[in-house]
Amino acid sequence: MTASTLFDKVWSAHEVVAESPDTPAVLYIDLHLIHEVTTPQAFSMLRRHGLPVRRPDRTLATMDHSTPTQSAQVFGSVPIKVDAAARQVRQMEENAAAFGIELFGMRDARRGIVHIIGPELGQTQPGMTIVCGDSHTSTHGAFGALAFGIGTTEVGHVFATQALLQRKPKSLAVNIEGRLQPGVTAKDLILAIIGQIGVSGGTGYVLEYRGSTVRALSMDERMTVCNMSIEAGARAGMIAPDEVTFEYLKGRPRAPQGRDWDSAVARWRTLVSDPAARFDASVDVHAERIEPMITYGTNPGMVVPIGAAIPDKKGDEVFDKAMRYMGFRGGEPMLGKPVNVVFIGSCTNGRLEDLQAAARILKGRKVAQGVHLLIVPGSQHIKQQAEASGLAEIFKAAGADWRESGCSMCLGMNGDTVAAGQYSISTSNRNFEGRQGKGARTLLVSPLTAAASAVIGRVADPRELL
Amino acid sequence: MQPLRRIASRTVVIASSDIDTDQIIPARFLTTTGKEGLGQQLFADWRYHADGSPQREFVLNRPEAQGAEILVAGRNFGCGSSREHAPWALLDYGFRAVISTEIADIFRGNSLKNGLLPIVVDERTSQWLLHHPGAELDIDLESERLTLPTGASIRFPIEPFARHCLLNGLDELGYLRSKLADIERFEAARVEAARVEAAHVEAAHAKAPV
Repeated sequence: MTASTLFDKVWSAHEVVAESPDTPAVLYIDLHLIHEVTTPQAFSMLRRHGLPVRRPDRTLATMDHSTPTQSAQVFGSVPIKVDAAARQVRQMEENAAAFGIELFGMRDARRGIVHIIGPELGQTQPGMTIVCGDSHTSTHGAFGALAFGIGTTEVGHVFATQALLQRKPKSLAVNIEGRLQPGVTAKDLILAIIGQIGVSGGTGYVLEYRGSTVRALSMDERMTVCNMSIEAGARAGMIAPDEVTFEYLKGRPRAPQGRDWDSAVARWRTLVSDPAARFDASVDVHAERIEPMITYGTNPGMVVPIGAAIPDKKGDEVFDKAMRYMGFRGGEPMLGKPVNVVFIGSCTNGRLEDLQAAARILKGRKVAQGVHLLIVPGSQHIKQQAEASGLAEIFKAAGADWRESGCSMCLGMNGDTVAAGQYSISTSNRNFEGRQGKGARTLLVSPLTAAASAVIGRVADPRELL
Repeated sequence: MQPLRRIASRTVVIASSDIDTDQIIPARFLTTTGKEGLGQQLFADWRYHADGSPQREFVLNRPEAQGAEILVAGRNFGCGSSREHAPWALLDYGFRAVISTEIADIFRGNSLKNGLLPIVVDERTSQWLLHHPGAELDIDLESERLTLPTGASIRFPIEPFARHCLLNGLDELGYLRSKLADIERFEAARVEAARVEAAHVEAAHAKAPV
């Protein structure tokens, strides 16, 4: 038998019909995660064709993108502020009921960001194919699943058939060796990788993150890394499952139980790239050289170590445009840049370990005057854990605004936005123009750097507060 | 879907690289539950001032852009969010093709499924196009050729199955549904494999000393 990569193994196990020069493969989908924003038109398509959702048992719905994070709007009598968002939420409820799909609705204790609840429930498992109408579906690759974002037409295809037409992407090995330094997080690691390979360096590829650095990461950290694969252009990023993965999944409500667990683990252990497996391309990353990273421009590849200056690329059209938008100039240091809003949350950094990291900095300290620190847990479950373990108290004592779960300020379509011209130090995944609100200026960082900057009131190096 | 064979039109140039789908259509417009009218919001933050009045310098607000069906952009067009609202907005506005040296994976797939042609060209062709806004191009999907006003003819690759569907106005779902019997067989085989595996585990446990 020829040596295969982890990706090859998961792909071939789901090939219903192999690809030919004329036709793409028919790829079976194990788990279809859905949310309110990218499904309405797919449900309309089903209605037009008179089709059911073929496997509602393999479909799970939540609400996250357009949902408010103010408790009064989620649980109280205050209506959702954004009318169109309220309509979308209602339609998700109606569609889930009409097509027999399990939905974690507004007030459900299991609700949360779609890429956080799958793993949290143990529904995301090694070797699965997982899709969702959301590009950060790559997150689930942290479990050794092949997980990627799809458009709404494809959401309709999965509804109707539980399969997708796909050409097999190429494979790219991201070999990461060495220890991350204190104060350097998984977020800094993935930002450094994107800086190294560029925002389209992964286009056409599925990434596999490998090496001693990756093995030493927790599941929360691995999810942060895989989450941002799409920011390097790759639809999917994968990490081979190991003891850390099994330990995380064991006992989760939807993970296999009892004897099923043992046979599942035995099966999952085979999900590694064979030693002789060939990748289409590879890149080497030196983890010990990585410092806390921060973006200075309008895509995640415009990134520097926090102590560095903005590179001077005057004359480069993309750079000049980004500098005009950000109000920065080449050669300026990043430390000390102004801060108006700090956002800690999102599918990239809204998990419990991210909140714990922020609390390490915020404990016994106060948010600087004039800075709005918004902390949004990735799920209601994480919110409850943070409240039970005292994290929420630390945040509130520091002067942070502690909210219900959701995508919140990552994409500003739910009432949580950054005003035009303001600087947002954000643990989210995209610093695109207008991403957090029209005219908003986003600097992407780790939860440690975000918390440190909130306390200092300017862009700050978290290592000085640890 | 209407068959798509040929596009003969002027170009509009937005020379920026790495144009992400948040620029093509900002997230605050994604609360829609339909597809219609999204052309109004295409490139909204570049096209309109905060008060909604048109940003005069932006190319889509200039007279020469009106009626053009081909958008020429810098490298890595359509990166970021998977929102299919991006090709919907481009199509609703009136574009039928996008040309760049590099087009992001998810956007490319979404475009093909809606009849928006994602055309990848070499650096030299791209530079010519970026420096000749308003050029009259002839795009022939059947031969996968793009003809410049200079007479130069450039081949562009389109995934063969998507091309077949576009040329014939076919919906890919029809083909996928024709494979339902295969999908059912695949599911049945997996259920059987799981049953056999469970039986093995059961047997192993029965043999094991307590």
